[in-house]
Amino acid sequence: MTAPVLNYALLAPILIILGGALVGVLVEAFIGKALRSTLQLPIALASVILSFAALWVSHNNPSTKAAIGSVSIDPAGIYIQGIILILAFIGILLIADQDNFTAQASALPGSDEEAAAIASGKQQTEVFPLTLFAIAGALLFPVATDLITLFVALEVLSLPLYLMAGLSRRRRLLSQEAALKYFILGAFSSAIFLFGTAFLYGYTGALSFNEIAAAVGGNGSNSVFLYIGIIFVSVGLLFKVGAVPFHSWTPDVYQGAPTPITGFMAACTKVAAFGATLRLFYVALDGASQTWKPIITAIAMITMLIGSIAAMTQRDVKRALAYSSIAHAGFLLIGVVALSKEGLAASLFYFIAYGLATLGAFAIITMVRDSSGEVTDLNRWAGLSKKSPLVAALFTLYLLSFGGVPLTAGFIGKFSIFAAAYQGGNMLIVVVAALASAIALFFYLRIVLMLWFSEPTNDSVTVVIPSVLTRFAIIVTAIATIVLGIAPSLVLNSANHFATFLH
Amino acid sequence: MSILTTLELLPLVGVLALAFTPKANAKAAKQIALGFSLLVAAVSAVMAARFHSSTPGFQFAESRSWISSFGINYAVGIDGIALVLILMTVILVPVVILAGWHESEGGRWSSKTFYILILVSEAMMIGVFAATDVFLFYVIFEAMLIPVYFLIGGYGRGDRAAAALKFLLYSLFGGLLMLAALIGTYIISTNQIGGTFDLTKLSQMHIDSATQNWLFLGFFIAFAIKAPLWPFHTWLPSAAKSATPGTSILLLGVMDKVGTYGMIRFCMTLFPDATKTFTPVIIVLSVISILYGAFLAIGQKDINGLIAFTSISHFGVITLGIFAMTTQGLSGATFYMVNHGFSTAALFMTAGWMVARRKSSAIDDFGGLQRVTPILAWSFFIAGLSALALPGLSSFISEFLVLAGTFTRYPIAAIFATLGIILAALYVLIAVQKSLHGETKPGNESLTDLVLREKIALAPVIALIVLLGFYPKPVLDVINPTSGVVMQHAGVVDPVLKAGK
Repeated sequence: MTAPVLNYALLAPILIILGGALVGVLVEAFIGKALRSTLQLPIALASVILSFAALWVSHNNPSTKAAIGSVSIDPAGIYIQGIILILAFIGILLIADQDNFTAQASALPGSDEEAAAIASGKQQTEVFPLTLFAIAGALLFPVATDLITLFVALEVLSLPLYLMAGLSRRRRLLSQEAALKYFILGAFSSAIFLFGTAFLYGYTGALSFNEIAAAVGGNGSNSVFLYIGIIFVSVGLLFKVGAVPFHSWTPDVYQGAPTPITGFMAACTKVAAFGATLRLFYVALDGASQTWKPIITAIAMITMLIGSIAAMTQRDVKRALAYSSIAHAGFLLIGVVALSKEGLAASLFYFIAYGLATLGAFAIITMVRDSSGEVTDLNRWAGLSKKSPLVAALFTLYLLSFGGVPLTAGFIGKFSIFAAAYQGGNMLIVVVAALASAIALFFYLRIVLMLWFSEPTNDSVTVVIPSVLTRFAIIVTAIATIVLGIAPSLVLNSANHFATFLH
Repeated sequence: MSILTTLELLPLVGVLALAFTPKANAKAAKQIALGFSLLVAAVSAVMAARFHSSTPGFQFAESRSWISSFGINYAVGIDGIALVLILMTVILVPVVILAGWHESEGGRWSSKTFYILILVSEAMMIGVFAATDVFLFYVIFEAMLIPVYFLIGGYGRGDRAAAALKFLLYSLFGGLLMLAALIGTYIISTNQIGGTFDLTKLSQMHIDSATQNWLFLGFFIAFAIKAPLWPFHTWLPSAAKSATPGTSILLLGVMDKVGTYGMIRFCMTLFPDATKTFTPVIIVLSVISILYGAFLAIGQKDINGLIAFTSISHFGVITLGIFAMTTQGLSGATFYMVNHGFSTAALFMTAGWMVARRKSSAIDDFGGLQRVTPILAWSFFIAGLSALALPGLSSFISEFLVLAGTFTRYPIAAIFATLGIILAALYVLIAVQKSLHGETKPGNESLTDLVLREKIALAPVIALIVLLGFYPKPVLDVINPTSGVVMQHAGVVDPVLKAGK
């Protein structure tokens, strides 16, 4: 047996991030506390930039044989990796504001040890290598083309996230509770995913997407195995994207996790998970679309509606955005159901529009504070425009983009994804999507109303001056949201160009 | 670059100038805004002079690729209908700025912000009438809501935040229906002629009638909410009561016309078969609007509420004229859109001055103004007469054309609509009598009459109302050929009245 041939050039983006993560671990272990944070941030950012450069170099040489058929670095995969890296870069800029993270994660909340760690002013910075590991998983997830690699990627992505969710500096118990919930439910869904993998293997006798596709296209013996396999594998992925009815972790985790981590999860993780979902359904299960389309269509409609309706009842801004991200998962599932080049291209654009607005919105949340940390109670956001018109205007911009109001990136995303669904002849889902959009708009506009037209409650909420990095992140996301709303041609064309999965 | 693009950009240049004006200097902000709006009006006048009413099709057309992957263009161009509506817009904006010189004060934000919002709205109003790409139209149609939302919520009165939200939600909901229909139309075009949003190309497609019906409804409901037609009107009274007079003029006088304009430009042009299918229903809704608006106007105690309900009645007349499917009716409806703009402007302006002086908008609080403030009282009276379509004033001609055009095809609807004229006399004269005549009620004795600035603002509007009442030919000459083209495209031949009838 010959040694497997690996195409390192194509795998470089993932390997660079993993290398950066390992260096980060070493820094955390051997460098003195005082120096760590000054080193970790440049390492993380440099890894992402180098990885993007490597991606850029190889973006014209797609191949399905990068790692003996386990990963497929194809145009769509490359594009999704690019999106993840850009979003991750902005995410790291937010994470760089160490004020959001606990000084020493191992110290019990409220203990003397914790107090001492805070007093010493020295910060543990394990969040950076953890983030890099998560990014590596996220890069692998959408290009994995066999079920085992997919599972490995899922775990590499998830495990660091479980930890990162528990790192909040303030309200640590809530944060740790969120981490535990995320871990238990995540482990559970991973198990279900594996269970489904076994059934798919039982039906097709194969693990790689291409062989599964071939087997699914033919007439297999026991199609019950196929159905169970599809359903259980889907559950694992739908959990990760936060689709109803597997969404219940989302609000708790989004609320409890440190806000920069929430932004990172909501943007990068969701894009990676949708990338994997798209590939699974477009490549491996294309032949069984009669089976899964009705199910996913129903889930998409329920997800849009539940997400939008539940968002309205929220009083906490992070929980509200969590439900809004659930609703967006529903809109993105439309792109999965469309099962066409247009659907894939629309999803790619939607990733960018949604990811940018999400990071921007969570960046704003980190800035609204009182003496005990972030203020997430929506009632206390009332009249924010009086305190800082600029911050209120930016948050309004992100909300309008979420709501798909014209002249924002969100509108173009929504338009293209609706058009793809229409083209697929699925009128019902478009009608439901329009209805859900209307409900979601009501929710977004209510917040806008509060920001601008309510009198500020007389309390200590202030808008802190953000760090240079956060400011940069906000400026970039805001400008991109407007530019992609007014002149989206360049990105739309490139998304169209890259919207192909290689088989 | 087309002169239309220049017209759209000019107010935005004004916005830029305003952005660099210091916040404290409200006077400079006002002057800049007024200056730019007058400049826009002047450029529009040049454009109108160069417009050839006999040339069919869109003039001053310009088209540039915007979002190529969906075949979307930045495409503008105007025909007669669009031209008169743009002219109305650019005349009303400086009037609004001058008339409400102080209405930006005491708002939530600075005067500067107020005028930025006004100028942004003006650019969008011009753009929405000029757009010949359906996607471009939709984008402006929706984006236009945002500045108005902030104008109502930031500078209005009473429960302004709730009114602003209600206005925005209704409009956005309609917008989503239209978006669905818009995408449907686009997908059909990709299958038939290659994906495009170009109005002229789209209007040459053949769409089966069942699909047409759905697409028509998507567009029509959005426009009916905007117009507003009964039963989609419920957002209007609260918005009109809360907005400043200037905002109300822009909202009811100009932006709501986008609804009726859209019915002509998109519903009839793109879906002629469906238009014929739904005409009877729409005629009934129009007649209900006319009578409902009139009856509720009679019962109004709030002067702005009164104007809002008269507008619902008048929009019923406009819709009736459009869907009577006669050239005469369509020309009348288009002319009415312009006249309603001016007469509503006059009403809101004078009512706004009365309210600002008396610090109350309840009709019962006024009384005997004729003695105290004769010029203001006369102005309100003339505005009222214009609203009730007195012969000799411009709205009479348009109302007559609509009714005559309707009668040839739907005599019963025309008869019911005529009842609206009688009711109009009732609601206007009751309000006039209560507020202007009789004893001077306590609290009104020391009201001051119009100042020079207010007279200057009102004068052109009154002049136009009277002038077009006696000599409507210039406007009708521009409208008529376009009406003919629209009707011809819809495949409708005007019924010929039999001799002896």
